[in-house]
Amino acid sequence: MFHNLRQLVRYRALIQSLVTRELKARYRGSVLGFFWSFINPLLLLVVYSFVFTVVLPGTHPPEIEPYALFLFCGILPWTWFSSSLTEAANSLMAGGNLIKKVLFPAEILPIVAVLSNMMHFFFGLPILLAFLIWFRPTISFVEVLWFPVVVAVQLLFTLGLSLLLAALTVHFRDIKDILSNLLTLWFFATPIIYPMHLAPGTISKAVLNANPFSHFAVSYQEILFYEGPFGHWKWLLAIFVASVLLFLLGYFLFDRLRDSFAEEV
Amino acid sequence: MPASTTTSSLAIHADNVSKIYRRFAHKRQFATLKSAILSGSLVRDLKPDETFRALDGVSFDVQAGRTYGIIGRNGSGKSTLLKCVAGIAKPTTGKITVNGRISALIELGAGFHPEISGRENVFINGIMLGLSKAEIERRFDEIVEFAELAPFIDAPVKTYSSGMYMRLGFAVAVHVDPDVLLVDEVLAVGDEGFAHKCLDKFAEFRRRGKTILLVTHSLGLVERFCDEALWLDKGKVKAVGVPKRVIDAYVTEVEESEEAFLASQDARARERVDLGAGSSVPSHDAGVPEDGVTAGNVEAPADMFKAEAGRWGSGDIEITKVDLLDPQGEPGHVFHSGEPMTIRLQLAAKSPVKDFVFGIGLFNADGVCIYGTNTNIEEMSAQEISGTGEARFVIDDLALTEGTYKLDLAVHKLDGFPYDYHRQLYTFRVKSPIKDVGFFRPRHRWSFSSSVRLVQLQGPEGWRPHMKDDEPQA
Repeated sequence: MFHNLRQLVRYRALIQSLVTRELKARYRGSVLGFFWSFINPLLLLVVYSFVFTVVLPGTHPPEIEPYALFLFCGILPWTWFSSSLTEAANSLMAGGNLIKKVLFPAEILPIVAVLSNMMHFFFGLPILLAFLIWFRPTISFVEVLWFPVVVAVQLLFTLGLSLLLAALTVHFRDIKDILSNLLTLWFFATPIIYPMHLAPGTISKAVLNANPFSHFAVSYQEILFYEGPFGHWKWLLAIFVASVLLFLLGYFLFDRLRDSFAEEV
Repeated sequence: MPASTTTSSLAIHADNVSKIYRRFAHKRQFATLKSAILSGSLVRDLKPDETFRALDGVSFDVQAGRTYGIIGRNGSGKSTLLKCVAGIAKPTTGKITVNGRISALIELGAGFHPEISGRENVFINGIMLGLSKAEIERRFDEIVEFAELAPFIDAPVKTYSSGMYMRLGFAVAVHVDPDVLLVDEVLAVGDEGFAHKCLDKFAEFRRRGKTILLVTHSLGLVERFCDEALWLDKGKVKAVGVPKRVIDAYVTEVEESEEAFLASQDARARERVDLGAGSSVPSHDAGVPEDGVTAGNVEAPADMFKAEAGRWGSGDIEITKVDLLDPQGEPGHVFHSGEPMTIRLQLAAKSPVKDFVFGIGLFNADGVCIYGTNTNIEEMSAQEISGTGEARFVIDDLALTEGTYKLDLAVHKLDGFPYDYHRQLYTFRVKSPIKDVGFFRPRHRWSFSSSVRLVQLQGPEGWRPHMKDDEPQA
């Protein structure tokens, strides 16, 4: 397993070019092309702002203003996370030809799915930055330094879960269908559209704390939305440890099932 | 140490390789995550219910720099073996060691993404096959030139024709510069010109001392190209060694099974017209035509040229058995172009008959008559037949091209009234080392004036067998 993991480093050029290919191929043929990477999160934000300020006004407490910025802190990383999982779960089937016909390390496929979605996440950041400059010109530079740390932990967490799902989906195709519904549920069980401390009464604190993505969302919000120092780092550390374990577990399972992929895909 | 020197010159070493595929039982296909969890562990469900042995204890060695051919019928495990060597599939038991960089031409352009340009695909495909970006850049022009795709290289691959797609895939794969090249029946790429270019590329690989493992149905290619051949049959090594000898053994077995197939087909056709083990011509009133086979009518079908396989006639003279004899006098169904063939009819007359004609018709697989004659046409006058007897139609030189042929055999009155008419009940296959076209091969030779020079290439054994006499003695 660790041998294979080391091998992966050798394939970084391939991963890099496959991610580039994914990005290029995604918007090939559309008029706006790469701009969709900026426009998509913006549109998503418009939709959510519309829902929570016009359709369901007063559902969010007045202290989380500007609400659009608050939403954005959680939605951008969530989009990266959820589309990574959806794509990764399907990645081995979609890339079946490669696994069957080319000598190809299969784990590259889910990894590429996660990384290309991460690139989309990055493309959405300038909009977040514009929001920050507009709404929070006083943001402290030291706090923003935490941002890449949270991104790194989220990357590790997403990779681990993606490898796990990708390997299992080959054997249980149902996962693909269940996953989108589970992700919707997960989204609402995460403090993205509401702040952690104002969670609806029915969602207990314990559930939110047990949800790893809560801590990512809260971390982003603390860094970018709330004033004051980043106080969530203890939780982040715990999630980091959990992510390392999850990644090892995911990779271990993937490695164990590796030989079955060429036959089952 | 001598042992280590031999090992180091091995490019591929396969030791007792078996590959077991699982076949899916019906219920397994509907297994879901939920049911797997409910009914027990995931692990148990991941175990095979029913297995299929694609490779069974295959061992072979390929010396570095040799070209090695693998032949065998469909489903004999050739491609599985190649995939195991490539490392794409993992042997269930046994071990394969390959020394050096491998490039596998299993499916050309397998990694292409349809939306992006040929140029970008070349880079990504090259990286997948183990080249660095700089290496691809160096070889890029050569690849494009080889693929003959210079005007289209910046168009998305989805706009390519399948031939262009394959050519680009082939070009990238051969420019990876592997130490070991694995080829799975991909020479049917593009037109004649491109196929030649591929062969030239292989020849160049050989010259440069690279190892090639070739899986193909083209026996000629193996014979011309390979230093050694391996015949795989039902997952087992049936023969290995000098290509010529392995191919001969393989061809013989293929003929034997073809023979068995034709024999069973013939037997079925004859069963339907009740020409079983020495039975008599069916009685006159029993004749009900079924599924196109006319059985036991006295009357010939209205339109003789449209009649399907069948048998009819009064039975006064009966053809009780028909054998096609090879040069050794053994009955068979597979014959070789240019060799003798004898059609032997066994006859029985209920009472002495004075008016009779023996006829024969030769048809191709489409039912077109290629040749027909009878004893009357050849000006033989019938005297008498009584009791049992035998008639032989001896062909000294089977001047037919490769293909499947059917026979009409008949004995009838001078005016055409049938005693026993066998319509296309006998099938035989003609094999030929020369792939000339048409049906009939007239005995021939070429001759040229001194200013026109051609060289007779070394052909396989049995090359132009009917011209042996014409060849100058060395």
